[in-house]
Amino acid sequence: MARGSVPPIGTDYTVQAIRAVRLRHPIRNIIAAIIIVFIAAFIYDAALRPAFGWPTVAKYLFDRRIAEAAFNTLQLTVYSMAIAIVLGLLLAVMRLSPNPVFMSISWVYLWVFRGTPVYVQLTFWGLLAVIYPTIDLGLPFVHPFISISTDQALNVFQLAVIGLALNEAAYIAEIVRAGILSVDRGQEEASTALGMSWFQTMRRVIIPQSMRVIIPPVGNEVISMLKTTSLVTAVPYSFDLFTRSRDISAETFTPIPLFLVASIWYLLFTSILMVGQYFLEKRFARGVGDVRPDRVTTKGANAETGEIETVVRSTDRPKEGGL
Amino acid sequence: MNKTPMVEADRVSKNFGSNQVLKGISLTVQRGEVMCLVGPSGSGKSTFLRCINHLERVDAGRLRVDGTLVGYREKGDKLHELHPKEAALQRRDIGMVFQRFNLFPHMTALENVVEAPMRVKKNQKAAAITRARELLASVGLADKADSYPAHLSGGQQQRVAIARALAMDPKLMLFDEPTSALDPELVGDVLDVMKKLALDGMTMIVVTHEMGFAREVADSLVFMDGGVVVESGVPRELLANPQHERTKAFLSKVL
Repeated sequence: MARGSVPPIGTDYTVQAIRAVRLRHPIRNIIAAIIIVFIAAFIYDAALRPAFGWPTVAKYLFDRRIAEAAFNTLQLTVYSMAIAIVLGLLLAVMRLSPNPVFMSISWVYLWVFRGTPVYVQLTFWGLLAVIYPTIDLGLPFVHPFISISTDQALNVFQLAVIGLALNEAAYIAEIVRAGILSVDRGQEEASTALGMSWFQTMRRVIIPQSMRVIIPPVGNEVISMLKTTSLVTAVPYSFDLFTRSRDISAETFTPIPLFLVASIWYLLFTSILMVGQYFLEKRFARGVGDVRPDRVTTKGANAETGEIETVVRSTDRPKEGGL
Repeated sequence: MNKTPMVEADRVSKNFGSNQVLKGISLTVQRGEVMCLVGPSGSGKSTFLRCINHLERVDAGRLRVDGTLVGYREKGDKLHELHPKEAALQRRDIGMVFQRFNLFPHMTALENVVEAPMRVKKNQKAAAITRARELLASVGLADKADSYPAHLSGGQQQRVAIARALAMDPKLMLFDEPTSALDPELVGDVLDVMKKLALDGMTMIVVTHEMGFAREVADSLVFMDGGVVVESGVPRELLANPQHERTKAFLSKVL
Protein backbone atom coordinates (compact mmCIF):
# COMPACT_ATOMS: atom_id res chain seq x y z
CA MET A 1 0.00 0.00 0.00
CA ALA A 2 1.36 3.39 -0.86
CA ARG A 3 2.40 5.83 1.79
CA GLY A 4 -0.46 7.90 3.17
CA SER A 5 -3.11 6.12 1.13
CA VAL A 6 -6.33 4.89 2.68
CA PRO A 7 -7.98 1.57 1.87
CA PRO A 8 -11.09 1.97 -0.28
CA ILE A 9 -14.46 2.34 1.42
CA GLY A 10 -16.08 -1.01 2.07
CA THR A 11 -12.82 -2.76 2.88
CA ASP A 12 -13.37 -5.67 5.26
CA TYR A 13 -11.60 -4.79 8.52
CA THR A 14 -12.38 -8.00 10.42
CA VAL A 15 -9.17 -9.85 11.18
CA GLN A 16 -8.38 -12.94 13.20
CA ALA A 17 -7.23 -12.55 16.81
CA ILE A 18 -3.50 -13.18 17.30
CA ARG A 19 -2.70 -16.60 18.72
CA ALA A 20 1.04 -16.53 19.32
CA VAL A 21 3.24 -19.10 21.05
CA ARG A 22 3.76 -17.85 24.60
CA LEU A 23 7.18 -16.61 25.59
CA ARG A 24 8.97 -19.10 27.87
CA HIS A 25 10.92 -18.09 30.99
CA PRO A 26 13.21 -21.07 31.76
CA ILE A 27 15.63 -19.21 34.07
CA ARG A 28 12.79 -17.71 36.08
CA ASN A 29 11.32 -21.16 36.61
CA ILE A 30 14.63 -22.68 37.66
CA ILE A 31 15.28 -19.95 40.23
CA ALA A 32 11.78 -20.37 41.64
CA ALA A 33 12.30 -24.13 41.97
CA ILE A 34 15.61 -23.65 43.80
CA ILE A 35 14.03 -21.18 46.23
CA ILE A 36 11.12 -23.53 46.92
CA VAL A 37 13.55 -26.32 47.73
CA PHE A 38 15.44 -24.05 50.14
CA ILE A 39 12.25 -22.94 51.89
CA ALA A 40 10.99 -26.50 52.20
CA ALA A 41 14.33 -27.57 53.70
CA PHE A 42 14.22 -24.66 56.18
CA ILE A 43 10.67 -25.46 57.29
CA TYR A 44 11.43 -29.17 57.66
CA ASP A 45 14.54 -28.37 59.70
CA ALA A 46 12.76 -25.79 61.86
CA ALA A 47 9.92 -28.18 62.62
CA LEU A 48 12.33 -30.72 64.07
CA ARG A 49 14.80 -28.34 65.74
CA PRO A 50 14.47 -28.63 69.54
CA ALA A 51 15.61 -25.03 70.19
CA PHE A 52 12.37 -23.67 68.75
CA GLY A 53 10.49 -25.67 71.37
CA TRP A 54 7.29 -26.15 69.39
CA PRO A 55 5.50 -28.01 72.20
CA THR A 56 6.12 -24.94 74.43
CA VAL A 57 4.90 -22.66 71.65
CA ALA A 58 1.70 -24.69 71.42
CA LYS A 59 1.29 -24.59 75.17
CA TYR A 60 1.61 -20.82 75.50
CA LEU A 61 0.08 -19.64 72.21
CA PHE A 62 -3.42 -19.51 73.72
CA ASP A 63 -2.32 -19.14 77.32
CA ARG A 64 -4.69 -16.83 79.16
CA ARG A 65 -1.91 -14.41 80.18
CA ILE A 66 -0.61 -14.21 76.61
CA ALA A 67 -4.06 -13.74 75.12
CA GLU A 68 -4.76 -10.96 77.62
CA ALA A 69 -1.45 -9.34 76.82
CA ALA A 70 -2.21 -9.57 73.11
CA PHE A 71 -5.52 -7.85 73.75
CA ASN A 72 -3.74 -5.15 75.79
CA THR A 73 -1.29 -4.55 72.95
CA LEU A 74 -4.18 -4.27 70.54
CA GLN A 75 -5.92 -1.78 72.83
CA LEU A 76 -2.74 0.28 73.22
CA THR A 77 -2.40 0.37 69.43
CA VAL A 78 -6.02 1.25 68.69
CA TYR A 79 -6.41 3.93 71.37
CA SER A 80 -3.07 5.63 70.78
CA MET A 81 -3.51 5.54 66.99
CA ALA A 82 -7.04 6.94 67.21
CA ILE A 83 -5.84 9.85 69.32
CA ALA A 84 -2.75 10.30 67.15
CA ILE A 85 -4.74 10.47 63.92
CA VAL A 86 -7.17 13.09 65.26
CA LEU A 87 -4.36 15.13 66.80
CA GLY A 88 -2.12 14.69 63.76
CA LEU A 89 -4.87 15.86 61.43
CA LEU A 90 -5.41 18.89 63.62
CA LEU A 91 -1.67 19.65 63.72
CA ALA A 92 -1.32 19.33 59.94
CA VAL A 93 -4.27 21.61 59.30
CA MET A 94 -2.89 24.09 61.85
CA ARG A 95 0.52 23.96 60.20
CA LEU A 96 -1.01 24.86 56.83
CA SER A 97 -3.57 27.33 58.13
CA PRO A 98 -3.24 31.01 57.26
CA ASN A 99 -3.17 31.74 61.01
CA PRO A 100 0.46 32.28 62.16
CA VAL A 101 -0.39 31.44 65.80
CA PHE A 102 -1.70 27.99 64.86
CA MET A 103 1.21 27.48 62.50
CA SER A 104 3.79 28.19 65.20
CA ILE A 105 2.10 25.98 67.81
CA SER A 106 2.11 23.09 65.37
CA TRP A 107 5.74 23.70 64.42
CA VAL A 108 6.93 23.71 68.05
CA TYR A 109 4.90 20.57 68.82
CA LEU A 110 6.51 18.72 65.94
CA TRP A 111 9.94 19.98 66.90
CA VAL A 112 9.64 18.60 70.44
CA PHE A 113 7.78 15.34 69.85
CA ARG A 114 9.60 14.31 66.71
CA GLY A 115 12.95 15.44 68.02
CA THR A 116 13.13 13.17 71.08
CA PRO A 117 13.04 9.35 71.22
CA VAL A 118 9.69 7.79 72.02
CA TYR A 119 11.33 5.66 74.73
CA VAL A 120 12.48 8.80 76.52
CA GLN A 121 9.06 10.38 76.14
CA LEU A 122 7.41 7.29 77.63
CA THR A 123 9.80 7.42 80.57
CA PHE A 124 8.85 11.05 81.15
CA TRP A 125 5.15 10.18 81.11
CA GLY A 126 5.90 7.50 83.68
CA LEU A 127 7.53 10.17 85.85
CA LEU A 128 4.63 12.58 85.43
CA ALA A 129 3.46 12.04 89.00
CA VAL A 130 6.95 12.81 90.27
CA ILE A 131 7.20 16.04 88.30
CA TYR A 132 3.60 17.17 88.80
CA PRO A 133 2.23 15.44 91.93
CA THR A 134 -1.20 17.06 91.53
CA ILE A 135 -3.32 18.19 88.62
CA ASP A 136 -4.86 21.55 89.53
CA LEU A 137 -7.70 23.37 87.90
CA GLY A 138 -8.08 27.06 88.60
CA LEU A 139 -6.80 30.53 87.87
CA PRO A 140 -3.22 31.72 88.32
CA PHE A 141 -2.36 33.11 91.81
CA VAL A 142 -5.64 31.77 93.19
CA HIS A 143 -6.12 28.62 95.20
CA PRO A 144 -7.15 25.92 92.70
CA PHE A 145 -10.81 24.94 92.55
CA ILE A 146 -10.00 21.30 91.93
CA SER A 147 -6.83 19.45 92.81
CA ILE A 148 -6.38 15.75 92.12
CA SER A 149 -3.37 13.59 92.69
CA THR A 150 -1.78 12.63 89.36
CA ASP A 151 -1.36 9.04 90.52
CA GLN A 152 -5.10 8.73 91.06
CA ALA A 153 -6.08 10.53 87.88
CA LEU A 154 -4.02 8.47 85.45
CA ASN A 155 -2.98 4.84 85.59
CA VAL A 156 0.02 3.43 83.75
CA PHE A 157 -2.07 2.16 80.85
CA GLN A 158 -3.50 5.64 80.24
CA LEU A 159 -0.05 7.19 80.54
CA ALA A 160 1.25 4.67 78.00
CA VAL A 161 -1.55 5.55 75.59
CA ILE A 162 -0.92 9.30 76.03
CA GLY A 163 2.81 8.84 75.55
CA LEU A 164 2.45 6.77 72.39
CA ALA A 165 -0.31 8.97 70.95
CA LEU A 166 1.42 12.31 71.43
CA ASN A 167 4.60 11.01 69.85
CA GLU A 168 2.79 9.40 66.95
CA ALA A 169 0.68 12.50 66.30
CA ALA A 170 3.81 14.36 65.20
CA TYR A 171 4.51 11.77 62.51
CA ILE A 172 0.88 11.55 61.42
CA ALA A 173 0.86 15.35 61.11
CA GLU A 174 3.68 15.25 58.58
CA ILE A 175 2.00 12.47 56.61
CA VAL A 176 -1.26 14.41 56.49
CA ARG A 177 0.57 17.59 55.49
CA ALA A 178 2.23 15.77 52.60
CA GLY A 179 -1.19 14.46 51.56
CA ILE A 180 -2.77 17.89 51.67
CA LEU A 181 0.06 19.41 49.65
CA SER A 182 -0.37 16.69 47.02
CA VAL A 183 -3.84 17.97 46.12
CA ASP A 184 -3.94 20.24 43.08
CA ARG A 185 -4.14 23.97 43.96
CA GLY A 186 -6.98 24.37 41.52
CA GLN A 187 -9.20 22.42 43.91
CA GLU A 188 -8.81 25.04 46.63
CA GLU A 189 -9.40 27.82 44.12
CA ALA A 190 -12.55 26.20 42.80
CA SER A 191 -14.07 25.78 46.26
CA THR A 192 -13.01 29.28 47.30
CA ALA A 193 -14.62 30.67 44.17
CA LEU A 194 -17.83 28.85 45.12
CA GLY A 195 -17.86 30.77 48.40
CA MET A 196 -16.77 27.88 50.61
CA SER A 197 -14.83 28.79 53.73
CA TRP A 198 -11.26 27.64 54.31
CA PHE A 199 -12.47 25.04 56.79
CA GLN A 200 -15.20 23.75 54.46
CA THR A 201 -12.66 23.57 51.66
CA MET A 202 -10.35 21.48 53.82
CA ARG A 203 -13.03 19.17 55.15
CA ARG A 204 -15.07 18.61 52.01
CA VAL A 205 -12.56 18.97 49.19
CA ILE A 206 -8.90 18.82 50.17
CA ILE A 207 -8.78 16.20 52.93
CA PRO A 208 -10.96 13.58 51.19
CA GLN A 209 -8.67 13.82 48.17
CA SER A 210 -5.51 13.69 50.23
CA MET A 211 -6.70 10.46 51.90
CA ARG A 212 -5.48 8.43 48.96
CA VAL A 213 -1.95 9.65 49.60
CA ILE A 214 -2.31 9.55 53.39
CA ILE A 215 -3.68 6.04 53.94
CA PRO A 216 -0.71 3.88 52.83
CA PRO A 217 1.84 5.60 55.11
CA VAL A 218 -0.68 5.78 57.97
CA GLY A 219 -1.29 2.04 57.56
CA ASN A 220 2.44 1.68 57.85
CA GLU A 221 2.38 3.75 61.04
CA VAL A 222 -0.39 1.61 62.55
CA ILE A 223 1.64 -1.53 61.97
CA SER A 224 4.70 0.21 63.30
CA MET A 225 2.72 1.33 66.37
CA LEU A 226 1.64 -2.25 67.05
CA LYS A 227 5.29 -3.07 67.57
CA THR A 228 6.28 0.21 69.22
CA THR A 229 3.85 -0.68 72.03
CA SER A 230 6.56 -3.07 73.24
CA LEU A 231 8.39 0.05 74.50
CA VAL A 232 5.68 0.87 77.07
CA THR A 233 7.76 -1.07 79.55
CA ALA A 234 9.50 2.32 79.95
CA VAL A 235 6.41 3.83 81.62
CA PRO A 236 6.51 1.11 83.14
CA TYR A 237 3.51 -0.80 81.83
CA SER A 238 4.22 -4.51 81.77
CA PHE A 239 1.04 -6.18 80.50
CA ASP A 240 1.65 -5.80 76.77
CA LEU A 241 2.40 -8.77 74.55
CA PHE A 242 6.16 -8.43 74.36
CA THR A 243 6.82 -7.61 78.02
CA ARG A 244 4.44 -10.36 79.12
CA SER A 245 6.16 -12.96 76.92
CA ARG A 246 9.55 -11.87 78.21
CA ASP A 247 8.41 -12.03 81.83
CA ILE A 248 7.02 -15.55 81.38
CA SER A 249 10.15 -16.69 79.61
CA ALA A 250 12.24 -15.33 82.47
CA GLU A 251 10.49 -17.80 84.76
CA THR A 252 10.35 -20.78 82.42
CA PHE A 253 13.80 -20.26 80.85
CA THR A 254 12.28 -20.72 77.39
CA PRO A 255 12.79 -17.37 75.64
CA ILE A 256 12.78 -18.66 72.08
CA PRO A 257 9.36 -20.38 72.13
CA LEU A 258 7.77 -17.42 73.91
CA PHE A 259 9.14 -14.88 71.46
CA LEU A 260 7.79 -17.13 68.72
CA VAL A 261 4.40 -16.97 70.43
CA ALA A 262 4.60 -13.16 70.57
CA SER A 263 5.68 -13.00 66.90
CA ILE A 264 2.74 -15.15 65.83
CA TRP A 265 0.31 -12.80 67.58
CA TYR A 266 1.98 -9.69 66.11
CA LEU A 267 1.81 -11.25 62.64
CA LEU A 268 -1.86 -12.09 63.09
CA PHE A 269 -2.72 -8.51 64.05
CA THR A 270 -0.61 -7.07 61.23
CA SER A 271 -2.41 -9.30 58.75
CA ILE A 272 -5.80 -8.10 59.97
CA LEU A 273 -4.65 -4.47 59.73
CA MET A 274 -3.44 -5.05 56.17
CA VAL A 275 -6.88 -6.30 55.15
CA GLY A 276 -8.46 -3.21 56.72
CA GLN A 277 -6.05 -0.95 54.86
CA TYR A 278 -6.94 -2.59 51.55
CA PHE A 279 -10.62 -1.78 51.99
CA LEU A 280 -9.91 1.79 53.15
CA GLU A 281 -7.74 2.42 50.09
CA LYS A 282 -10.49 1.11 47.86
CA ARG A 283 -13.00 3.41 49.53
CA PHE A 284 -10.95 6.53 48.95
CA ALA A 285 -10.01 5.69 45.38
CA ARG A 286 -13.44 6.91 44.27
CA GLY A 287 -13.33 8.93 41.09
CA VAL A 288 -9.62 8.56 40.53
CA GLY A 289 -7.27 6.09 39.00
CA ASP A 290 -8.37 3.50 36.50
CA VAL A 291 -11.76 3.65 34.93
CA ARG A 292 -13.73 1.03 36.74
CA PRO A 293 -15.55 -1.09 34.19
CA ASP A 294 -18.57 -1.49 36.48
CA ARG A 295 -18.96 2.28 36.49
CA VAL A 296 -18.95 2.96 32.79
CA THR A 297 -22.52 2.90 31.57
CA THR A 298 -23.18 1.35 28.22
CA LYS A 299 -26.65 2.85 27.86
CA GLY A 300 -26.98 5.93 25.70
CA ALA A 301 -24.33 4.28 23.60
CA ASN A 302 -24.14 6.68 20.66
CA ALA A 303 -23.15 9.87 22.42
CA GLU A 304 -21.18 7.94 24.99
CA THR A 305 -19.04 5.86 22.69
CA GLY A 306 -18.63 8.78 20.35
CA GLU A 307 -17.17 10.93 23.12
CA ILE A 308 -14.98 8.23 24.56
CA GLU A 309 -13.62 7.37 21.15
CA THR A 310 -12.63 10.94 20.51
CA VAL A 311 -10.84 11.09 23.83
CA VAL A 312 -8.89 7.95 23.14
CA ARG A 313 -8.09 8.99 19.62
CA SER A 314 -6.86 12.42 20.58
CA THR A 315 -4.18 10.96 22.81
CA ASP A 316 -3.21 8.04 20.63
CA ARG A 317 -3.43 9.84 17.34
CA PRO A 318 -0.05 10.23 15.69
CA LYS A 319 0.95 13.78 14.81
CA GLU A 320 -0.54 14.72 11.52
CA GLY A 321 1.91 16.27 9.12
CA GLY A 322 1.49 19.91 8.08
CA LEU A 323 -0.92 20.39 5.24
CA MET B 1 -34.30 48.56 36.62
CA ASN B 2 -31.05 48.73 38.51
CA LYS B 3 -28.61 50.96 36.68
CA THR B 4 -25.51 50.19 38.74
CA PRO B 5 -22.86 48.61 36.49
CA MET B 6 -22.10 44.98 37.35
CA VAL B 7 -18.35 45.51 37.32
CA GLU B 8 -16.61 48.84 37.62
CA ALA B 9 -12.82 48.84 37.53
CA ASP B 10 -11.01 52.07 38.20
CA ARG B 11 -7.25 51.96 37.63
CA VAL B 12 -6.96 48.46 39.09
CA SER B 13 -3.35 47.44 39.66
CA LYS B 14 -1.77 44.22 40.83
CA ASN B 15 1.84 43.32 41.57
CA PHE B 16 3.46 39.97 42.07
CA GLY B 17 6.59 41.06 43.91
CA SER B 18 8.31 43.59 41.72
CA ASN B 19 6.40 42.41 38.66
CA GLN B 20 3.49 44.71 37.92
CA VAL B 21 0.93 42.51 36.20
CA LEU B 22 -1.96 44.97 36.05
CA LYS B 23 -1.07 48.60 35.42
CA GLY B 24 -4.29 50.45 35.98
CA ILE B 25 -7.19 48.66 34.33
CA SER B 26 -10.31 50.77 33.96
CA LEU B 27 -13.43 49.28 32.44
CA THR B 28 -17.13 48.91 33.05
CA VAL B 29 -19.37 45.91 32.50
CA GLN B 30 -23.11 46.64 32.46
CA ARG B 31 -25.80 44.26 33.63
CA GLY B 32 -26.49 41.58 31.06
CA GLU B 33 -23.37 42.48 29.12
CA VAL B 34 -21.05 39.83 27.74
CA MET B 35 -17.47 41.03 27.64
CA CYS B 36 -14.62 39.13 26.05
CA LEU B 37 -11.09 39.76 27.24
CA VAL B 38 -8.45 38.88 24.69
CA GLY B 39 -4.72 39.38 24.48
CA PRO B 40 -1.41 37.55 24.41
CA SER B 41 -0.51 35.29 27.33
CA GLY B 42 0.96 37.19 30.24
CA SER B 43 -1.09 40.26 29.42
CA GLY B 44 -2.92 40.09 32.77
CA LYS B 45 -6.36 38.94 31.55
CA SER B 46 -6.60 36.01 33.94
CA THR B 47 -5.19 38.01 36.84
CA PHE B 48 -7.80 40.70 36.29
CA LEU B 49 -10.53 38.06 36.21
CA ARG B 50 -9.24 36.58 39.46
CA CYS B 51 -9.22 40.03 41.07
CA ILE B 52 -12.95 40.35 40.39
CA ASN B 53 -13.80 37.54 42.82
CA HIS B 54 -10.90 38.34 45.10
CA LEU B 55 -8.87 35.22 44.39
CA GLU B 56 -6.13 37.82 43.99
CA ARG B 57 -6.16 41.01 46.03
CA VAL B 58 -6.10 44.34 44.28
CA ASP B 59 -3.03 46.41 45.21
CA ALA B 60 -4.17 49.79 43.88
CA GLY B 61 -7.26 51.32 42.33
CA ARG B 62 -10.86 50.43 43.05
CA LEU B 63 -12.81 47.41 41.84
CA ARG B 64 -16.54 47.26 42.43
CA VAL B 65 -18.96 44.44 41.72
CA ASP B 66 -22.63 45.47 41.76
CA GLY B 67 -21.63 48.69 43.47
CA THR B 68 -19.74 46.95 46.29
CA LEU B 69 -16.01 47.24 46.72
CA VAL B 70 -14.26 43.86 46.27
CA GLY B 71 -12.15 42.58 49.18
CA TYR B 72 -12.21 45.82 51.18
CA ARG B 73 -14.57 48.00 53.15
CA GLU B 74 -14.42 51.75 52.75
CA LYS B 75 -14.65 53.70 55.99
CA GLY B 76 -14.09 57.40 55.52
CA ASP B 77 -10.93 57.63 53.43
CA LYS B 78 -9.49 54.36 54.79
CA LEU B 79 -9.82 50.86 53.36
CA HIS B 80 -10.23 47.92 55.73
CA GLU B 81 -9.47 44.35 54.70
CA LEU B 82 -12.51 42.12 54.72
CA HIS B 83 -12.72 39.09 56.99
CA PRO B 84 -12.42 35.86 54.95
CA LYS B 85 -16.06 35.13 55.78
CA GLU B 86 -17.18 38.42 54.23
CA ALA B 87 -15.01 37.79 51.19
CA ALA B 88 -16.59 34.34 50.85
CA LEU B 89 -20.01 35.99 51.02
CA GLN B 90 -19.05 38.24 48.08
CA ARG B 91 -17.78 35.28 46.05
CA ARG B 92 -21.02 33.34 46.41
CA ASP B 93 -22.67 35.59 43.86
CA ILE B 94 -19.85 35.36 41.33
CA GLY B 95 -19.50 32.12 39.38
CA MET B 96 -16.14 31.11 38.00
CA VAL B 97 -15.16 28.57 35.37
CA PHE B 98 -11.53 27.55 35.09
CA GLN B 99 -9.34 26.51 32.20
CA ARG B 100 -8.54 23.20 33.92
CA PHE B 101 -12.19 22.63 35.02
CA ASN B 102 -11.15 21.97 38.66
CA LEU B 103 -14.07 19.65 39.27
CA PHE B 104 -13.90 17.77 42.57
CA PRO B 105 -12.66 14.35 41.38
CA HIS B 106 -13.96 12.44 44.40
CA MET B 107 -17.54 13.52 43.76
CA THR B 108 -19.93 12.60 40.96
CA ALA B 109 -21.13 15.29 38.57
CA LEU B 110 -24.30 15.70 40.63
CA GLU B 111 -22.39 15.88 43.92
CA ASN B 112 -20.11 18.51 42.39
CA VAL B 113 -23.12 20.64 41.52
CA VAL B 114 -25.00 20.31 44.84
CA GLU B 115 -21.95 20.76 47.08
CA ALA B 116 -21.88 24.55 47.31
CA PRO B 117 -25.67 25.15 47.40
CA MET B 118 -25.92 22.67 50.27
CA ARG B 119 -22.81 23.63 52.25
CA VAL B 120 -22.61 27.35 51.57
CA LYS B 121 -26.23 28.35 51.02
CA LYS B 122 -27.54 25.60 53.32
CA ASN B 123 -30.21 24.69 50.78
CA GLN B 124 -32.35 21.63 51.39
CA LYS B 125 -30.85 18.48 49.91
CA ALA B 126 -33.90 17.52 47.86
CA ALA B 127 -34.28 21.01 46.40
CA ALA B 128 -30.56 21.24 45.65
CA ILE B 129 -30.64 17.90 43.83
CA THR B 130 -33.69 18.83 41.77
CA ARG B 131 -32.06 22.11 40.76
CA ALA B 132 -28.75 20.35 40.01
CA ARG B 133 -30.49 17.86 37.72
CA GLU B 134 -32.16 20.74 35.87
CA LEU B 135 -28.81 22.46 35.44
CA LEU B 136 -27.09 19.29 34.26
CA ALA B 137 -29.92 18.78 31.79
CA SER B 138 -29.54 22.36 30.57
CA VAL B 139 -25.88 21.73 29.75
CA GLY B 140 -26.85 18.48 28.00
CA LEU B 141 -25.55 16.08 30.65
CA ALA B 142 -28.70 14.76 32.29
CA ASP B 143 -27.47 11.17 31.85
CA LYS B 144 -24.05 11.89 33.35
CA ALA B 145 -25.23 12.95 36.81
CA ASP B 146 -23.74 9.89 38.49
CA SER B 147 -20.46 9.82 36.57
CA TYR B 148 -17.19 10.80 38.19
CA PRO B 149 -15.21 13.54 36.42
CA ALA B 150 -12.49 11.08 35.41
CA HIS B 151 -15.04 9.24 33.29
CA LEU B 152 -16.14 12.35 31.42
CA SER B 153 -14.50 13.97 28.42
CA GLY B 154 -12.96 17.41 28.80
CA GLY B 155 -15.95 19.06 27.19
CA GLN B 156 -18.37 17.25 29.48
CA GLN B 157 -16.27 18.14 32.52
CA GLN B 158 -16.29 21.81 31.59
CA ARG B 159 -20.06 21.76 31.16
CA VAL B 160 -20.42 20.20 34.62
CA ALA B 161 -18.16 22.99 35.92
CA ILE B 162 -20.47 25.57 34.35
CA ALA B 163 -23.50 23.89 35.94
CA ARG B 164 -21.67 23.86 39.27
CA ALA B 165 -21.04 27.61 39.08
CA LEU B 166 -24.65 28.30 37.99
CA ALA B 167 -26.00 26.31 40.95
CA MET B 168 -25.10 29.23 43.21
CA ASP B 169 -27.40 31.51 41.15
CA PRO B 170 -24.60 33.98 40.41
CA LYS B 171 -25.24 37.47 39.13
CA LEU B 172 -21.94 37.42 37.28
CA MET B 173 -20.05 34.61 35.56
CA LEU B 174 -16.30 34.65 35.00
CA PHE B 175 -14.78 32.33 32.41
CA ASP B 176 -11.01 31.88 32.46
CA GLU B 177 -10.09 30.41 29.06
CA PRO B 178 -12.86 27.81 29.36
CA THR B 179 -12.06 26.05 26.09
CA SER B 180 -8.26 26.28 25.98
CA ALA B 181 -7.69 22.83 27.48
CA LEU B 182 -10.18 21.10 25.19
CA ASP B 183 -9.75 19.09 22.03
CA PRO B 184 -10.94 21.14 19.08
CA GLU B 185 -13.97 18.94 18.41
CA LEU B 186 -15.21 19.41 22.01
CA VAL B 187 -14.98 23.20 22.08
CA GLY B 188 -18.32 23.72 20.32
CA ASP B 189 -20.43 22.04 23.02
CA VAL B 190 -18.99 24.30 25.71
CA LEU B 191 -19.37 27.45 23.62
CA ASP B 192 -22.99 26.51 22.87
CA VAL B 193 -23.75 26.33 26.59
CA MET B 194 -22.08 29.71 27.13
CA LYS B 195 -24.00 31.21 24.24
CA LYS B 196 -27.28 30.00 25.67
CA LEU B 197 -26.31 31.53 28.99
CA ALA B 198 -25.55 34.86 27.32
CA LEU B 199 -28.92 34.82 25.55
CA ASP B 200 -30.60 34.22 28.91
CA GLY B 201 -29.20 37.57 30.00
CA MET B 202 -26.32 36.48 32.23
CA THR B 203 -23.58 39.04 32.78
CA MET B 204 -20.38 37.37 31.65
CA ILE B 205 -16.69 38.18 31.43
CA VAL B 206 -14.88 35.71 29.24
CA VAL B 207 -11.13 35.42 28.80
CA THR B 208 -10.81 33.56 25.54
CA HIS B 209 -8.97 32.97 22.31
CA GLU B 210 -12.20 32.04 20.51
CA MET B 211 -12.60 35.08 18.25
CA GLY B 212 -15.64 33.52 16.62
CA PHE B 213 -17.42 33.41 19.97
CA ALA B 214 -16.33 36.98 20.73
CA ARG B 215 -17.67 38.24 17.40
CA GLU B 216 -20.95 36.35 17.63
CA VAL B 217 -21.88 36.51 21.30
CA ALA B 218 -19.97 39.31 23.03
CA ASP B 219 -21.33 42.85 23.44
CA SER B 220 -17.88 44.26 24.00
CA LEU B 221 -14.35 43.19 23.32
CA VAL B 222 -11.35 44.32 25.32
CA PHE B 223 -7.82 43.81 24.09
CA MET B 224 -5.21 43.70 26.85
CA ASP B 225 -1.44 43.65 26.57
CA GLY B 226 1.29 44.21 29.14
CA GLY B 227 -1.17 44.81 31.97
CA VAL B 228 -3.11 47.62 30.29
CA VAL B 229 -6.27 47.87 28.20
CA VAL B 230 -4.93 48.66 24.75
CA GLU B 231 -8.23 48.93 22.96
CA SER B 232 -11.87 48.13 23.48
CA GLY B 233 -15.07 48.34 21.51
CA VAL B 234 -17.83 46.47 19.75
CA PRO B 235 -16.35 43.09 18.75
CA ARG B 236 -17.32 43.20 15.07
CA GLU B 237 -15.79 46.65 14.58
CA LEU B 238 -12.71 46.03 16.66
CA LEU B 239 -11.96 42.74 14.93
CA ALA B 240 -12.52 44.21 11.48
CA ASN B 241 -10.78 47.49 12.05
CA PRO B 242 -8.29 47.48 14.94
CA GLN B 243 -6.82 50.92 15.61
CA HIS B 244 -3.75 50.06 17.59
CA GLU B 245 -0.58 48.46 16.21
CA ARG B 246 -0.42 45.86 19.02
CA THR B 247 -4.03 44.87 18.44
CA LYS B 248 -3.38 44.48 14.72
CA ALA B 249 -0.28 42.35 15.38
CA PHE B 250 -2.16 40.12 17.82
CA LEU B 251 -5.26 39.69 15.68
CA SER B 252 -3.21 38.88 12.61
CA LYS B 253 -1.80 35.93 14.53
CA VAL B 254 -5.03 34.52 15.93
CA LEU B 255 -7.57 35.21 13.19
